[in-house]
Amino acid sequence: MTASIQLQHSPRLTHLLRIADTALIQAQRLSEWCGHAPILEEDIALTNISLDLIGQTRGLLTHAGQLHAQGGGAAFDEDQLAFLRDERDYRNLTMAELPRGDFAFTVLRNLFLGTWLKLQWERLRDSSDAELAAIAGKALKEARYHQQHAADWVLRLADGTDESRQRVQAALAQLARYIPELFADDAADQAASANGWGPARTALREAWEAEVTAVFSECGLTLPAATKFVSTASNGVHTEHMGRILAEMQYLQRAYPNGVW
Amino acid sequence: MCGAEVISKVEAAWRVLDQVPDPEVPAISVRDLGIVRDVLLGDDGDLTIVVTPTYSGCPATEVINQSITDALAEAGLGPARVELRRAPAWTTDWISEAGREKLRAYGIAPPGPALAEGEQPIRFMARAPAIACPRCGSQQTERLSAFGSTACKSLYRCIACREPFEHFKPI
Repeated sequence: MTASIQLQHSPRLTHLLRIADTALIQAQRLSEWCGHAPILEEDIALTNISLDLIGQTRGLLTHAGQLHAQGGGAAFDEDQLAFLRDERDYRNLTMAELPRGDFAFTVLRNLFLGTWLKLQWERLRDSSDAELAAIAGKALKEARYHQQHAADWVLRLADGTDESRQRVQAALAQLARYIPELFADDAADQAASANGWGPARTALREAWEAEVTAVFSECGLTLPAATKFVSTASNGVHTEHMGRILAEMQYLQRAYPNGVW
Repeated sequence: MCGAEVISKVEAAWRVLDQVPDPEVPAISVRDLGIVRDVLLGDDGDLTIVVTPTYSGCPATEVINQSITDALAEAGLGPARVELRRAPAWTTDWISEAGREKLRAYGIAPPGPALAEGEQPIRFMARAPAIACPRCGSQQTERLSAFGSTACKSLYRCIACREPFEHFKPI
């Protein structure tokens, strides 16, 4: 039988999984648009972005499995880490696991997470971890296209019809409370910064706000002030939506352990 | 064997790689695409082919690796193994001149220079530099989507000849 795998958490693993799992869960959400996007070109674009994110995740999770083994834990491969972890062992940003919503919600989330990931990759190119730096060098080129695509759509919808603008504003109201987690700071962030693995999340805030504001100011949107509430999926405490994602994502490996095609 | 050229195993391998097509864009070889970074001969006489991926999520990666080892085995140069090298990251600037011409002839507009490294301003409703239609050569073309049938291509339409075409996007 293939049971759930158990992780031995460490600051280094947490730092890596926050990026890997954010990419993985965001990819899973984008894949839900396959066959459902408003136009064919968007169906292709969203699933292309999903595919890039899955590719980035594969490199990161393979690396995470090796680090886990070096830290005295079991050697897990990318598939075990993607499909056999329990909910509490995922470290994605909460924003990624929210239901896909409408198209406006999707492109605004893409802008928020796409900008966050692009800024991560830019800085991770200088990581003291050579493998992470190599993955980042490739991923950054892809992330620029993702951010551009999301920015174009946010502008088009916010500056479009009354209906499209209202939908973007509704999406902003829904997403706003999950923004502070993008820049939260804890022991894993401080260890990442001190050891040169990558930036603490707080270090991304200024650039993120500047880039998102650059888009918003073109179409009359305003970033809301940060709330005191900080969501917690990146600490393993997820929303009720995560279980449903995992139920779908993990179904085949749980039902048919080690199944391949 | 009078007049036969004597070439090394490594050179022979490069020539084989010239004939291994990219599975998604079979008009060009994996060597034209610039993803083969090195061919190494080990002390045991076995070849190692160093390959860099085009995109993180390129689904053709495994197929490419298999095509390479199969082609080398068929040419009597096996066993060979394929090694992944992530850094430096692949760029479309590594596509050979011959490869670019083959792309154009195949109906895919070849990429211009890749984006310079460093800070990139966010451009709104980006108007990429004019991409010439690979069929009629007109510069009157428009981008339909930055994302196309494969990760490496975007969708365009020629306003002059009305034909849709793909553009190998610079990365």
